Amino acid sequence: MELDSKLAILADAAKYDASCASSGAVRGNSLGGKGVGSTGGAGICHSYTPDGRCISLLKVLLTNLCIYDCHYCINRRSSNVRRAAFSAGEVVKLTLDFYKRNYIEGLFLSSGITRNADYTMEQVIAVARTLREVHDFRGYIHLKTIPEASPELIETAARYADRISINLELPTQKSLDVLAPEKSIVRTRHAMGRIRNKLDEAHERRKGGDRKIRHATGQSTQVIVGADSSTDADFLAQSDDLYGNYKMRRVYYSAFSPIPEPSSILPTKAPPLVREHRLYQADWLMRFYGFKTTEILSPETPNLDLELDPKLAWALRNRQDFPVDIQSASREILLRVPGLGVRNVERILNIRRFTRIRLADLIRLRVSLPKVQPFLKTEDHNPSAYLLDSDALRARFVPKPQQLELFSADEMR
Amino acid sequence: MKCVDPGENFASWRAAARSLLDENVPPHEVLWEKAGGLFPAARVEPPASPRLKVPAAFVGLAESAACHRDPSRWALLYQILWRVVRGGERHLLSIASDPDMAKARALEENVHREIHKMHAFVRFKLIDTDEVSGRERYAAWFEPEHFIVEAGAPFFKKRFANMDWSIFTPKGCVHWNGKLLTFTRGIPENPVEDPDALEAAWRVYYRSIFNPARLKVKMMQTEMPKRYWKNLPEADLIEELIGESKHRVTRMLAEELRPVKPRPKNAYLDKLQQLSAEESS
Repeated sequence: MELDSKLAILADAAKYDASCASSGAVRGNSLGGKGVGSTGGAGICHSYTPDGRCISLLKVLLTNLCIYDCHYCINRRSSNVRRAAFSAGEVVKLTLDFYKRNYIEGLFLSSGITRNADYTMEQVIAVARTLREVHDFRGYIHLKTIPEASPELIETAARYADRISINLELPTQKSLDVLAPEKSIVRTRHAMGRIRNKLDEAHERRKGGDRKIRHATGQSTQVIVGADSSTDADFLAQSDDLYGNYKMRRVYYSAFSPIPEPSSILPTKAPPLVREHRLYQADWLMRFYGFKTTEILSPETPNLDLELDPKLAWALRNRQDFPVDIQSASREILLRVPGLGVRNVERILNIRRFTRIRLADLIRLRVSLPKVQPFLKTEDHNPSAYLLDSDALRARFVPKPQQLELFSADEMR
Repeated sequence: MKCVDPGENFASWRAAARSLLDENVPPHEVLWEKAGGLFPAARVEPPASPRLKVPAAFVGLAESAACHRDPSRWALLYQILWRVVRGGERHLLSIASDPDMAKARALEENVHREIHKMHAFVRFKLIDTDEVSGRERYAAWFEPEHFIVEAGAPFFKKRFANMDWSIFTPKGCVHWNGKLLTFTRGIPENPVEDPDALEAAWRVYYRSIFNPARLKVKMMQTEMPKRYWKNLPEADLIEELIGESKHRVTRMLAEELRPVKPRPKNAYLDKLQQLSAEESS
């Protein structure tokens, strides 16, 4: 098979993995080496496809042959998709060729399971090893690992990679039993726990001055939204646990979308993409804004409001806490004001040490006045109690239905 | 009114600004204009007094904002400098909502963004390979909105230390030979028009990694505005991919559902099933 045909099949096979990060690696570069590559700082998105996703890494499967039968996956064994397999050398060459032309930050390599977990893991590792040891490649490598692979192999993968990941895919064993019968939550979590320990060890050694150590700095995972009946509260509770106990760098939410070769036991209707977007927003509230999952969702309302971003929805449910005074409210409180993002909160804290803040100042900070005004008191503005109490407040923010799909990611501030 | 030539970059502006401060010339009496303009530019005398203490935060801001193409940046920076040094507003740099600061930060942000986009969207083409050393030589054409070639270059040096490369732009060019970065004047036209041999594979990748079931064109354009497209070998696929996406989704949705098939005989799958049984008991 021609290389281009393989690339078409094995990139297509990898595109359902939402992970794209190329950030968070240890700082390094190719000065004094013999190959190419640098990492460190924020990752770079080298292109964008019309689905709004960035291209940061060459994201491919080593092969889409697979003995597992995960029904949400186009590569499952019962699918009739065209199959292909790269040789290690082909992936190595493509990675280097793309990298040297500045198309990518590095490689994201995953694979269908062939023969068994260990065999597959070894094939994936061979690519990373060749890149690092033969070509002195110092760009970013993300390796997908398999929970059933031996811990030693997973650790070997971590030594060649900047990030490793195992996808949870579905939040309950019950769902997995139906949709991904070869997968086990217990085994996945055990593997994630072991990875976490190894990441911690490497971190300690680095902190202790070991500059030579080469080891991944983090792990991430992905869950599929809308393929089973799990609620947003289920997903967020799970993410909370993953961030806290497994030190995940990122949990990716991937709204199940129609695939070729659809399985008869999957829902035929895809969830709205905005649900995935709301989950990401809620995830950010947990990680950067000090919200607890139980504040974002409750047993009575286990799903996020699709019409309003979760911070605004929270503020509307907690009107008694507003308005807050921009001049005196704490950082924690300001972070909870709809329309104020982390950066502007920091700026406000700085500014108010020297001057009193007015609405015109907020405009210059590019804060959306209609969004913050009901919730903030400034030197020249005090929202009327009537406005905050009124049911019309929600109506003010709810978009007209046809606008729903137009939301962009930066909408939550 | 004093007419002063800011020169080409931060360093030349800084020299001019220093002597103006030294002579106590307030901002409203300075007209920052390139030499050869309407008024003859005053000669800038080197400052006589010791160097003025300027907050480090200002230097960082000014270095970035100076790369912006907006001709009013020099006056704005002098205005801020004056207020801090002569006006006693020592905390001005912390007041992001001050009208002058807001403008300057906006310039800085534009410049940072353009540097980031340069790092993202420069596309190298292989020019040749040295027969003896095997060392490769690459070149790229990029059209930045601001004067960012010098600020953006160190990234490429660190990343591509072991290849030779040039980045040509209308606003300055940079070259790396493995030892030294050199900067030359900008050129008006792309000297490396011919496509690179790898562009075909890159386009195959771009086409295949796109998911037609999740069209978000606006999001793509926010991050990759159209003005960059003409120098991106993948960008002329965009229209076609958007155009055919609806049809592709309809076709997927109309596909016959595949029935669940029984598990094949496989020792490894048997082992997994046994493990799962043990876990649940």
